[in-house]
Amino acid sequence: MNKPIVTGIGVLAPTGLGTEQYWAATRNGAKGIGPVSRFETEQYPVVLAGEIDGFEAREHLASRLLPQTDHMTRLALVAADWALADAGAKAEELPEFSAGVVTASASGGFEFGHRELEALWSKGSEHVSAYQSFAWFYAVNTGQISIRHGLRGAGGVVVTEQAGGLDAFAMARRRLRDGAGLMLTGGVDSALCPWGWVAQIACGRLSTSADPERAYLPFDSAANGFVPGEGGAILVVEDPESAAARGVARDYGTFAGYSATFDPPPDSGRPSALRRAIENALDDAGCQPSDVDVVFADGAGVPELDLAEAEAISAVFGANGVPVTAPKTATGRLYSGGAALDLATALLALRDGLIPPTPNVSELAPGIDIDLVTGQPRRADLRTAVVLARGYGGYNSAVVLRAPDKP
Amino acid sequence: MDTGRRVVVTGIGVVAPGGTGREAFWDLISSGRTATRRISFFDPSPFRSQVAAECEFDPVRQGLTPRQARRMDRAAQFAVVCAREALTDSGLSTTDLDPRRTGVSIGSAVGCTTGLEAEYSVVSDSGRKWQVDNDYAVPQLFDYFVPSSISSEVAWDVGAEGPVALISTGCTSGLDAVGHGRDVITDGLADVVIAGATDAPISPITVACFDAIKATTPRNDEAETASRPFDRSRNGFVLAEASAVFVLEELGHARRRGARIYAEISGFATRCNAFHMTGLRPDGKEMAEAIRVALDQGRINPTEVDYVNAHGSGTKQNDRHETAAVKLSLGEHAYRTPMSSIKSMIGHSLGAIGSVEIAACLLAMREDLLPPTANLHEPDPECDLDYIPRVAREKKADVVLTVGSGFGGFQSAMVLDRRTA
Repeated sequence: MNKPIVTGIGVLAPTGLGTEQYWAATRNGAKGIGPVSRFETEQYPVVLAGEIDGFEAREHLASRLLPQTDHMTRLALVAADWALADAGAKAEELPEFSAGVVTASASGGFEFGHRELEALWSKGSEHVSAYQSFAWFYAVNTGQISIRHGLRGAGGVVVTEQAGGLDAFAMARRRLRDGAGLMLTGGVDSALCPWGWVAQIACGRLSTSADPERAYLPFDSAANGFVPGEGGAILVVEDPESAAARGVARDYGTFAGYSATFDPPPDSGRPSALRRAIENALDDAGCQPSDVDVVFADGAGVPELDLAEAEAISAVFGANGVPVTAPKTATGRLYSGGAALDLATALLALRDGLIPPTPNVSELAPGIDIDLVTGQPRRADLRTAVVLARGYGGYNSAVVLRAPDKP
Repeated sequence: MDTGRRVVVTGIGVVAPGGTGREAFWDLISSGRTATRRISFFDPSPFRSQVAAECEFDPVRQGLTPRQARRMDRAAQFAVVCAREALTDSGLSTTDLDPRRTGVSIGSAVGCTTGLEAEYSVVSDSGRKWQVDNDYAVPQLFDYFVPSSISSEVAWDVGAEGPVALISTGCTSGLDAVGHGRDVITDGLADVVIAGATDAPISPITVACFDAIKATTPRNDEAETASRPFDRSRNGFVLAEASAVFVLEELGHARRRGARIYAEISGFATRCNAFHMTGLRPDGKEMAEAIRVALDQGRINPTEVDYVNAHGSGTKQNDRHETAAVKLSLGEHAYRTPMSSIKSMIGHSLGAIGSVEIAACLLAMREDLLPPTANLHEPDPECDLDYIPRVAREKKADVVLTVGSGFGGFQSAMVLDRRTA
């Protein structure tokens, strides 16, 4: 079958609400990390986050949806609205059962769950919300998006921590191969409440820096962990014939290839399987490393993980062999939203022939032999992009995107 | 998508209420006994529903090291123990597996909820502090926060380095995770996938959240007969915990090593009802569509279906919805096809149950014996199919359909075909 195309993008990120606002900020290296405003952080060793400012759920969603949704679901619903509007698609105009949803989730509606746990433990079971049975769980965004838009095709939910955005994209591709015409896919996450904060701190990889410009510095000699954030992206992917049948004239690019691998156990002493994910994704796309014009890195911000990623990129593309960027240093790491947002960013980069920079990073650590785009955005003729993502516990995924054929 | 690669099940591992291990599970469900009891894990008296189906499970006795037992939530412990049993059953050892050609796909609806709630009670000082106390947090709290940790544990244990995922589509997770595992092999991304599902949700917050919508049964004084799918007196499901994990193999891979094949996974499909997060449209149209597509993938005529393993949760709406869906998809043949719900015996273990029900189907095929629906005395007039009341039925079953329905609107169907074996 024909390779799927992306026909719609919806973005909510700490650096912008909506695709064009986000892209303008990203091109210019805008920064979205700051002190946490959602709750008091004085007692915690981590104080910075990439928060979305200026999002008023009631401006976008009916009031009856508010008591039954976590913040991350509200963001996801709006992202899905925007993606479908961008694609000009309506479920009722598509064949029955031909449109579905696959989202990634990392930790569910954690803030909602925190409130209900508190209600249960401090006041008693009769105080637990009637919506708790679904508002916090990992499947909630797929379910709510399908209901909102009448999408009765296949549904799916993938949980692979920060690799989820790419794995959901691949599962959506699989459903298109099964015969679906259109899939909504991506990931949107948020867990900015004290309970979510303590759970995230437990991973041991969060930066304890209080300086928004020095806290999340992947590949930098001053790398000291990462800053968590909220938001993500929802994309519309379609079978090209099905898109043509409904009169779609423009797309962002083609989903050309994908692979997922898993690392050996942490105590094995064997190298990461990220390199194999990149190579397999290129094979799947029918590409050579030399065809790739830009790599969007995972950018863990943890020195040994940064080194492993740089080594994998160098092993495939050669030392300094391809421009690499990690615009997520402006937003923090968004869990299941991170790689979905990188897909959106990569597609916009392909569209405009512009590689957005990696804000804040200035001095690469020893052994990091990659051509990291820092400071100013870089103009280039971009035809093929690779997006990398890794999830805690050993997940590696790679996606190859291609610019639309020029008319 | 037909790639010519077919997928078979060659190993089964089960942890279920009423006895650990595949054969103990089969003994229970083929006998019609039940494992639903008053909740023992905590004092259930403040709750509306005080019944559950709990597993007797000691992780160290089941072969995990004390370190593994400390690190893993109960749901992950179940999955790792099941994966080991499945591998042993398949005749494969971890050294036989090519790590790069081995994947993992584990389903779970609520992940590490039990571990999360236990840790919440500590860091919040039993709910007294909104600003929870980081000094009391344990390192494994992050593993509970992201349930992909469950699939990581299974992958490390079996040595998988191919595609690994956790699938979480509510109560269809167990079907969808095995369906995903099938896709990974069909698409040529792996030759073996350790696929299944696990949930260990018997925790105050889970009991409370189902209480709040009256989804679980309040039949507290008759705990042993509280789960009554399709019966007129049914009034909600019984919460449970369980896991089942399979060795899925590409058919040629299994044949070359002379493996015993339980059945082929010949069809799988899932659809959303796009209707309500917890409600079902009574017509069952989306589940019927999932069944239709799953049969079509296996090139199976509805009249070839020998047995239907029902979702049969025992809620008023589910059993009607599902009966309608089976009639819509199988037509007149629905009335001639035996169908049963093992949730009548082992309760509803949320995301795990879809895989546990696949295990029940495979063992039913092996034994030529269909498990019954326990506690079914007087069927609801709207549930007018053959639900195998109370006593298992001897019948050769070559083609089996198993279905699931979940919060979020998920409707899934899988077709298993023994003729491949």
